Amino acid sequence: MSAAPQAVRSPSATVLSTREPSDAAQRPHVTIRGLSKRFDDTVIYDRFDLDIPRGELISVFGPNGCGKSTLINMIAGLMPPDAGQILFDGRRLDEIKFGYVFQNYREALFPWLRAFDNIAYPLKLMHVPAVERRARTEALVSRLGVKLDLKLYPYQMSGGQQQLVSILRALVVDPEILFLDEPFSALDYEMTLFMREQLQRIFLETGTTTVLVSHDLEEAVFLADRVLLLSRHPARVAAFVPVTAARPRTDATLSEPDFVAVKAHCLDIFQREVRRP
Amino acid sequence: MKTERLGALLPVVGVIGLLAVWSLAVAAQWVDPVLLPSPAATFKALWQGMDGGPLGFDFVKTVYRTAASTAIAAVIAIPLGIVLGSSERVYRSLEFVIDFFRSTPASAMFPLFLVLFGVGDETKISVAAFGAILVILFNVAYGVMNARKTRLLAAKVMGASRLRVLFDVMLRESLPQTFVGLRNGVSLALVIIVVAEMFIGSQDGLGHSVFEAQQLFEMPRMYAAIFAAGALGYGLNLMFLIIERRFVHWSGK
Repeated sequence: MSAAPQAVRSPSATVLSTREPSDAAQRPHVTIRGLSKRFDDTVIYDRFDLDIPRGELISVFGPNGCGKSTLINMIAGLMPPDAGQILFDGRRLDEIKFGYVFQNYREALFPWLRAFDNIAYPLKLMHVPAVERRARTEALVSRLGVKLDLKLYPYQMSGGQQQLVSILRALVVDPEILFLDEPFSALDYEMTLFMREQLQRIFLETGTTTVLVSHDLEEAVFLADRVLLLSRHPARVAAFVPVTAARPRTDATLSEPDFVAVKAHCLDIFQREVRRP
Repeated sequence: MKTERLGALLPVVGVIGLLAVWSLAVAAQWVDPVLLPSPAATFKALWQGMDGGPLGFDFVKTVYRTAASTAIAAVIAIPLGIVLGSSERVYRSLEFVIDFFRSTPASAMFPLFLVLFGVGDETKISVAAFGAILVILFNVAYGVMNARKTRLLAAKVMGASRLRVLFDVMLRESLPQTFVGLRNGVSLALVIIVVAEMFIGSQDGLGHSVFEAQQLFEMPRMYAAIFAAGALGYGLNLMFLIIERRFVHWSGK
């Protein structure tokens, strides 16, 4: 996972060769400075600062209406901030490739395209020739070991399968960063468990920096390398809690003492923030 | 299994019921037999008229006029509807004009179109096209405007340009509503054509056939022409439904 950034950074390797690996890992991927946003009279963000580390899966969790989705929507450019700066390794959003997965897969996928063409669609927008689109899509699907009949139309698939297609569509461009806005909240519990496993496998395979908004604390902790706990609006970082449980995490992880402790700690902070006057 | 097969036969029940009541009404002489001929006499007239008779010729004429007016309406209304629908400001500024003329009975336009085009086919076809255009336009524009916001956002976030969003998303999204417009449009066109064939110096067409049979008191022929018009209307609607199911397979899913 850490090999990729090193290879990219090779031109400067002569100067900093010994410090390179740790440097690349330590430098934040996303830097957010002075972010402000208000809806009518409600201040959602007021000079908000945050660093998102590279190659980690970050879960965003907080009280209802605190601006969890607003945060990733502003980072992903779906919503303009009133003020502030968001940089990705020093570059602007339009200079990087990113993927975004919507909560509502039913409305986010294109029902007139087969699953395969849905996944390949972003490549079409990048003017990648048809043969290469095909090859890249097939390579992605086989690398991630996804078992789906991609000849089906989205409405012929289950909710989980559709959301998996959405995730693949976000990944097909080899994004530097992946955003997921409550991706599993429209699925039933059984499907949610299965999809958590799928997402973890995809994350382990790609190592893409991932920001996941969740309204389910167990899910947020289970998937995350760090849980970003937000306060009520105007949102501050209430805590940025590392989750060190080894991957791949399984159902057994959910009942391990460390995991339970981290989850309880997050819940404490959450409760404190909810009750704060 | 058995109940399923019986279920497929349910639509036939109504038809048989209607024929039974009709036969009974004729046999019991509830209605003057001159006004209501028997089903057998009517279907004989229908068969004879359609099988190389004048009714078949009139039928083809009405099909031609309805098809021509719907085709003209679609060619004009679909692109215009997309343009109007893709800009809500443009649509809002024209909404009243469209709604007003959509609510105006197209038959009220006959005198005007007679002055413009004379008494030939052009008048009938253009009035029917006028009526159908507004119906199709309205539906296409609404189809484009009501494109799912998430889908537009998804295309945008993947880096699609405005033009790409229009062609790859809005246009597809509007198709189900476009077909609603086409089906309503063709139904309205048929209504206008049949009325025009009755009263606007027409020598042929189903409307003319109904009117002429009534004037000559040939009741079986009149009922036959009415059934032919009904079958045509039903058939056109069904045709668009089949095309829609083939090309807009995701509709309603």
